[in-house]
Amino acid sequence: MFLNIFIGLGSILAKKSVGPVRREFTPWEDPDHPPFIEFRNVTKKFGDFTAVNNLSLKIYEKEFFALLGGSGCGKTTLMRMLAGFETPTSGQIFLDGQDLAGIPPYRRPSNMMFQSYALFPHMSVEKNIAFGLKQDKMPASEINARVAEMLQLTKLEQFAKRKPHQLSGGQRQRVALARSLAKRPKVLLLDEPLGALDRKLREETQFELMNLQEELEMTFLIVTHDQEEAMTVADRIAVMDKGQLVQVATPAEIYEEPNSTFVADFIGDVNLIEATVSDKSDAGTKLTSVEDGFAIDSDQVTTANVGDKVWYAIRPEKVRIAHGRAESGQPNQINGLVWDIAYLGDVSIIHAKVGADNEDILRATIANVSRIVDNPITWDEDVVLSFDRDAGVILTS
Amino acid sequence: MTRGPTWFNITSLVLGFSFLYLPIVLLVIYSFNASRLVTVWGGFSTQWYVALLDNDQLLDAAWVTLRVAFASACIATVIGTLAALVLVRSGRFPGRTLFSGMIFAPLVMPEVILGLSLLLLFVAMEQTRGFWTVMLAHTTFASCYVAVVVQSRLVGFDKSMEEAAEDLGCPPVKTFFLITLPIILPGVIAGWMLAFTLSLDDLVIASFTTGPGATTLPMKIYSQVRLGVTPEINAVCTILVAFVTTGVIAASIATKRQQSQREKDERAAFGAEG
Repeated sequence: MFLNIFIGLGSILAKKSVGPVRREFTPWEDPDHPPFIEFRNVTKKFGDFTAVNNLSLKIYEKEFFALLGGSGCGKTTLMRMLAGFETPTSGQIFLDGQDLAGIPPYRRPSNMMFQSYALFPHMSVEKNIAFGLKQDKMPASEINARVAEMLQLTKLEQFAKRKPHQLSGGQRQRVALARSLAKRPKVLLLDEPLGALDRKLREETQFELMNLQEELEMTFLIVTHDQEEAMTVADRIAVMDKGQLVQVATPAEIYEEPNSTFVADFIGDVNLIEATVSDKSDAGTKLTSVEDGFAIDSDQVTTANVGDKVWYAIRPEKVRIAHGRAESGQPNQINGLVWDIAYLGDVSIIHAKVGADNEDILRATIANVSRIVDNPITWDEDVVLSFDRDAGVILTS
Repeated sequence: MTRGPTWFNITSLVLGFSFLYLPIVLLVIYSFNASRLVTVWGGFSTQWYVALLDNDQLLDAAWVTLRVAFASACIATVIGTLAALVLVRSGRFPGRTLFSGMIFAPLVMPEVILGLSLLLLFVAMEQTRGFWTVMLAHTTFASCYVAVVVQSRLVGFDKSMEEAAEDLGCPPVKTFFLITLPIILPGVIAGWMLAFTLSLDDLVIASFTTGPGATTLPMKIYSQVRLGVTPEINAVCTILVAFVTTGVIAASIATKRQQSQREKDERAAFGAEG
């Protein structure tokens, strides 16, 4: 019996993963798995401006996929091309094996939830929800049943007869969601769906969306500029910049293994240390920081050559901070001077000046796990900042 | 802080409204005058209304005017709404600024010039002038007013509503009638009413473009007044005033009823909630 427990423990310990595993759903790791949505070398130009630049992307059935990026990165254009509101300048888009070229929006098997909700002001909630079903010439009894089901799903039963202007922002958001789900589309497109809600309601709705997607077993594609939102809801995230994909990976991979300084900087908070490769082997890489000359020892094997300039990206929560000074000759230890402390309740962010002339700032966060701290770290104090071999990532671009 | 009306306010109110309505009130009162002399009160009588029924010329003119106003308002509403849609929707195209400027031009153009140019056009086209030419002329200038009114309604229109309709499986033309038109309808109706009223009281353009057998009421009244004001004219004007007032009151009652219905809906919804 004990043996069983140990075997169980062993298998848990043996399984190494970047971040938490949400569910066993990883079709993107199987190269033979057919994609549900595929963008193939898609380019979209508006005059001289290239909104989407030769982009290829595969999205799988039942996936919750997020397009994440700043404004003007092309994420909305990409979604609008899938919905049919924009025509690609070149390239192809496939949905469930079907080439979407030349198919107008009203014949596409996708439905979209708009950022402005775009509810029809002259129709009641139930008429709004029934609108799409009526276009399909569905029998009235079926329409009524489906509308009732949607109202129940989005907890809008008592608002069925109201007009949109008689609803609160959160209720309107749910009507828009119900309307776009009513036709059971092959894929639901969500364009910044929670942008207009306040923070608390937004977080609640994010979890509701996740549950809804799992319950309905539908493919969801969300466009957002809010990295927390993307990380909360999505199975995979595509980080976009200047019309191209920078990285496509799970939220944990995006956060823990960014492939570029752009992604590392865009998602969460990060310290980017410019360094040169001083030594490399199969066991890891040794770096020397350019500004201050301190040594970094990483377990990561890099493609860069000795002498190349790289960036060492390390998240603030992976930097330890303690009273005292660094042991001389030890890598991954830096002397610092506390410059600023931001107390946020759950964590404190400490800005420490590091380097020979105390010019660079290194950020570290400490979780405030106890209410009262003996001998806390304070302003203008000499501290030592340290981190583990596997704490950061080496980035070449 | 609320204050009762001051003497100053009351005086301004009385003066302002007298300025606006005293002439009309006088006209209405004198239409019930028993005396043949317009400026002398000879007791109450409805004889001029009875006489009006026998005055075929005036009745014909009134009938022509109503037909012209109705037809031109309807056509102008269609043309003006289409023009407004193009101006607001189609984004930038070469000559857009010029086109949108030209839409406004007839609003500020002197009526005499408009009338004269239309007359020249009809003569050049060798058209027999009459009902159709007046109607077309009124359509021409009323279209601009409709375009301006509908345009203001369209500017605030969220285009993603149309996209949502199409996304839900509704073809573009159907979307226009199911979504766009109902939402901009108040603007379209206001445009129609404006076009109707403008046509109803136009004298200058009608005089230029009309021909025998299509004399409009304003023209008839104007020509009769030059021979001296008769109480019959007062009567016909009173009927016109009554006609317009009824329209305005009916419209405002309809709006009010809609509003109270909406409030009732809201209360019902809240009741169901609690």
